Amino acid sequence: MNVQAWTFVIVGLSFALYIAIALWSRAKSTGEFYVAGGGVSPVANGLATAADWMSAASFLSMAGIISFSGYDGSVYLMGWTGGYVLLALLLAPYLRKFGKFTVPDFVGDRYASQVARIVAVVCALFVSFTYVAGQMRGVGVVFSRFLEVSIDTGVMIGMGLVLFYAVLGGMKGITYTQVAQYCVLIFAYLVPAIFISIQMTGHALPQTGFGADVQGTATPLLDRLDGLHAELGFAAYTRGSKSMVDVFFITAALMVGTAGLPHIIVRFYTVPKVRDARWSAGWALLFIALLYTTAPAVAAFARTNLIETVSGKEHATLPEWVGKWEQTGLIRFEDRNGDGRVQYLADPAQNELTIDKDIMVLANPEIAGLPDWVVGLVAAGGLAAALSTAAGLLLVVSSAISHDLLKRALLPRISEHGELRAARISAAVAVVAAGYVGIHPPGYVAEVVAFAFGLAASSFFPALVLGIFSRRMNAAGAVSGMLAGLVFTASYIVHFKFLSPELNRPEHWLWGISPEGIGTLGMCVNFAVAWCVSRVTPPPSEDVQRLIDRIRVPSGAGEAHEISA
Amino acid sequence: MNAQHSNSNERRQRYWRRNLRLVAILLVLWFALSYGASILLAPWLNQFRIPGTGFRLGFWMAQQGSIVAFVALIFVYARRMDRIERVEGVEERDEEGQR
Repeated sequence: MNVQAWTFVIVGLSFALYIAIALWSRAKSTGEFYVAGGGVSPVANGLATAADWMSAASFLSMAGIISFSGYDGSVYLMGWTGGYVLLALLLAPYLRKFGKFTVPDFVGDRYASQVARIVAVVCALFVSFTYVAGQMRGVGVVFSRFLEVSIDTGVMIGMGLVLFYAVLGGMKGITYTQVAQYCVLIFAYLVPAIFISIQMTGHALPQTGFGADVQGTATPLLDRLDGLHAELGFAAYTRGSKSMVDVFFITAALMVGTAGLPHIIVRFYTVPKVRDARWSAGWALLFIALLYTTAPAVAAFARTNLIETVSGKEHATLPEWVGKWEQTGLIRFEDRNGDGRVQYLADPAQNELTIDKDIMVLANPEIAGLPDWVVGLVAAGGLAAALSTAAGLLLVVSSAISHDLLKRALLPRISEHGELRAARISAAVAVVAAGYVGIHPPGYVAEVVAFAFGLAASSFFPALVLGIFSRRMNAAGAVSGMLAGLVFTASYIVHFKFLSPELNRPEHWLWGISPEGIGTLGMCVNFAVAWCVSRVTPPPSEDVQRLIDRIRVPSGAGEAHEISA
Repeated sequence: MNAQHSNSNERRQRYWRRNLRLVAILLVLWFALSYGASILLAPWLNQFRIPGTGFRLGFWMAQQGSIVAFVALIFVYARRMDRIERVEGVEERDEEGQR
């Protein structure tokens, strides 16, 4: 069997599995549709959260980004894992005790304010929708690369599949397909990583192979890589080139943004008890860490492999995979000095080779000469990562419309049956809209995702944390804080990314903070404004005080599982 | 009845204070291991190597150590909170009063 046949078989089998799970776990009530009836075990929820969290970007792009930026890539590794500590310690258990279905539910009830609820709905819709468009695009890219259909057809197939199981199964169907998708994606990530680690260092574990000596020599791999970088004029791999301030702020924005993303927070409503929410956060991060500690090893292996394969070699003698990727335009070679050799250098005036970061994971099996079925496996893994994240996000979009907007704000007397139908319809509309954006991408998908994190960090996170830990925080404070954080962050990002991108350089940034890291400052603005405004306005009512007492302690009135009734 | 009520209130407050203390300690560790060891002190820590490997300490903390530490912090929190819940008698019970 050739690569194509293997890919069809493996991807086909994984899709059949997802569909079977969806049929088995149809949602019958709104409770099942929004939060899987609150009956998911902590380990299963951990697996589902991990799949929900790890998107096409984590699976396909992250190792490539680290590979090209070395130490600087740590911002993603720490930023996209450290947020779970905040989530487990500051949000998950209390939101679980609160119960209900969505993040705007909590904001609206805690601040007893429809304005706060609507602001939260708008943030949730914006954050989730920008994110989902990137996922649909990822599905299309994987399809077009491995199955040789057009990107648009790929997006359509992905839409059809997500439509089927998200609309039918709601959170219940999504949860159990995500468990299966985690297994597919982690297997697909680890198999090539282990093969390559053995080839390069003789260690089966990429996590230790990464720090070992290059096979057959006494030089540590990372030292070899630093040496190669120095020869070619790149910054040292283990030290990086970003300023410390910027690394600090980007890491913080990603961490806090992670803790404020609604599709991750709602996953903690699906477990039976408060203590399950805490354990579940631990399991989720453990499953995520399996991929996130492998990624930097893959990055270092791929970087060393790449430089040694191409640098200074005759273009005509390069291995076959280089030519294959040149056809897709993701590798470009331009022989500036006409000597037929590849000069891969940091200096843009002399460099002759441009490589797209995204191919590092996809090309890895070919670079390392792994068997054909591994390539099919990587394709199935990339699809699992993109589809699982897309489904989780679509559920947030649909529940924000049917539950927060219709049931809680516009049509409070809507029946259970009517709400469930509205949820299914809005999920279907959201899938189609996301597919449309995936087929006609607005050209700045990557910028928009950075936007989503900055906004989640500067809007949701402070409102949620203050709502739990401060009795004095009231609606006026929370709403003005959210708006101040949002406006500050959005205008900084819009200024540098969309209005005057030519100024987007460190010397123009405020205190050396890039637009990717500005969400951290936006969060501080939010906290400060919320605190000041709440001091000069009346404290929250008796009812709200009782609600705060209730969510802080696991036992007592309104125990977590009562929502399933 | 009244005495019992105030007793339970006291337990709930004690539970909350112990929770805050634990959260504060773990967050200090979280900050020290990620922002401290992996960013602010990373250049200095890079002069050391982890014995038996090629890892420079600051780099390893940023790309491996901090992630492992995050997982450990959450599990420590979950374990300790289970204990505090039990000691203060504030666990959730189902309809039959089972824990």
